[in-house]
Amino acid sequence: MRSIVRQLAVSLALFWVVLTLTFVLIRAAPGDPVSFLAPPTATAPELARLRASLDLDAPLVVQYGRWARDILEGDLGTSFVARRPVTRVLGDAIPISLWLGSISLLLTFVIGVVVGGVQGARRGTHLDSALTLVTTTVYAAPSFWLALSLIALFTYGAARLGLPPWLRLPAFGVRDPAGGSGIAELVRHAVLPVLTLTLIGAAGIARYARTSAVELLQLQWVRTAVAKGAPARAVHAKHVLANALPTLLILFALALPGVLAGSVFVETVFGWPGVGRLMVSSIFARDYPVVVGATVVYAAIVILANLAADLALPLVDPRRRV
Amino acid sequence: MTAFWRRAGWQTRAAMLVLVALALGALLVPALASASPTAIGDALALRLLPPLSVDTAHHFHLLGTDAFGRDLFVRAMLAGRLSLAVGIAGSVLAGAVGIAIGAIGGWEGGVLDRIAMGAGDVLLAIPRLVILLVCAALWPPGATMVITILVLTGWMGVARLVRGEVRGLRARPFIESAQAMGASPTRVLWKHVLPNAIAPAIVAMALGVGSAVLLESGLSFLGLGIQPPSPSWGNMIADGRELIVLAPWIALAPGLALILTVLSCTLLGDALRDRLAGDELETMRARS
Repeated sequence: MRSIVRQLAVSLALFWVVLTLTFVLIRAAPGDPVSFLAPPTATAPELARLRASLDLDAPLVVQYGRWARDILEGDLGTSFVARRPVTRVLGDAIPISLWLGSISLLLTFVIGVVVGGVQGARRGTHLDSALTLVTTTVYAAPSFWLALSLIALFTYGAARLGLPPWLRLPAFGVRDPAGGSGIAELVRHAVLPVLTLTLIGAAGIARYARTSAVELLQLQWVRTAVAKGAPARAVHAKHVLANALPTLLILFALALPGVLAGSVFVETVFGWPGVGRLMVSSIFARDYPVVVGATVVYAAIVILANLAADLALPLVDPRRRV
Repeated sequence: MTAFWRRAGWQTRAAMLVLVALALGALLVPALASASPTAIGDALALRLLPPLSVDTAHHFHLLGTDAFGRDLFVRAMLAGRLSLAVGIAGSVLAGAVGIAIGAIGGWEGGVLDRIAMGAGDVLLAIPRLVILLVCAALWPPGATMVITILVLTGWMGVARLVRGEVRGLRARPFIESAQAMGASPTRVLWKHVLPNAIAPAIVAMALGVGSAVLLESGLSFLGLGIQPPSPSWGNMIADGRELIVLAPWIALAPGLALILTVLSCTLLGDALRDRLAGDELETMRARS
């Protein structure tokens, strides 16, 4: 119980340090957001008024104090560009990202663990080396390159190869501007982004999972069961899987940041209006509050996932209960 | 080195050959090419030639040409200079910083160690790409900028590995005997501790070159890294993005060089790890 409280406290402290770091980083950078927001014809008094209205003229310590108080009240400020509360802007983008991310994360995890598990069980065979070459190559490809090649394949390629019309997949946005909303439309637009994220993520996870599977298969009681003549399926189901849960938890925590980072590029390439694309466009617009907001969201997800994995590990692994 | 080659499998040998070939190509091809990779010639006659085509002047274009008629193979090799240099410098410098922090922290312990490890935890709590994005967006972009942030966000994994090794070595008899014989702490650390603690760091650095090249290309792709007209693999892919439906080779060709580089670094890192041992999952986590 005490260790749970301690872990919670550490996570909260970590989160606060990350927040402060982002604040300092953003304020320390050169470049004045006001010069981006105001039209070139703006006069000096107008610029000063804009600066004051954005709370950029106060001393840094005062700004930090106000900012910390606002954060504690759940207020992340107002977007310079959208002129709406950052929480609202993020609130619009987060579900769209979650939709894409959670499907990809699930597929990433399942496919990665299955491929890695099969490789571990068939270690040293041709299947194993072939799969290793595939996963290592996909893992080496940048997500935006993979995204662009899928677009090329299903647009340029589909036209040249004479693929049927339903295989000519949309390369941009979440629905066609000519109408058509519905869930089918959304799914059609999600195929390529989900495919990209899943390929990259699953390739990475398969590499970890293979290593873990090899280690698990070499455990003494597993080898004993095999030596006693237990059928392979029974050994895998009873002895290996039971010991694999902690490893799977760690793998899940490892899968998450990859999908998050990949989503920045995938959302940008596919025009998917989620947090990743919001972050990139806000960076170019110097929309500080939104950049901070998006960073906060990413940090919170990673910290929460690690905390959850730490708290869940003793539940599935009696050896870790102290 | 020769011993490593003799014992290496075909994949590792191929990876080493590919890396050498890419490095040589990056150095030599742009210098030897008939047309400048940055100058724009007869754009109307040369533009958007597909891979493996021969133009009106009987010049062969292995990977085709871009929208301005520039040869993509020569450009990709020129881009390789910056991309490889940034990747290697970013990973090696980050590794050096990590080794220094990890070794001193693990050896001395105390407040400094706690501060360094705490800072590492904070940096690990934000996805590396997000820190890179924020920094790259706030300061003027360019190669130096990219290397600096690669180092600032990349030392933690190596520091943890080295720190763990050093702490494990501290109580070993041969260290104690060196101290008992009157060796200075610097000498003990340099001559006896570091050589035994450095193996996992070297593996992490080899693997780190691949991820540094990937991160650089990502930043350049978004327009936050290396700026045109200097080509890098990332900004070349970005160049081709608009024309992906008409001339997909412009975006895809530079990616091949990039994938070959990262793949070779990964294979080489894996082979080094198998040779130098070290806990597998730890090394992998240190690099992500």
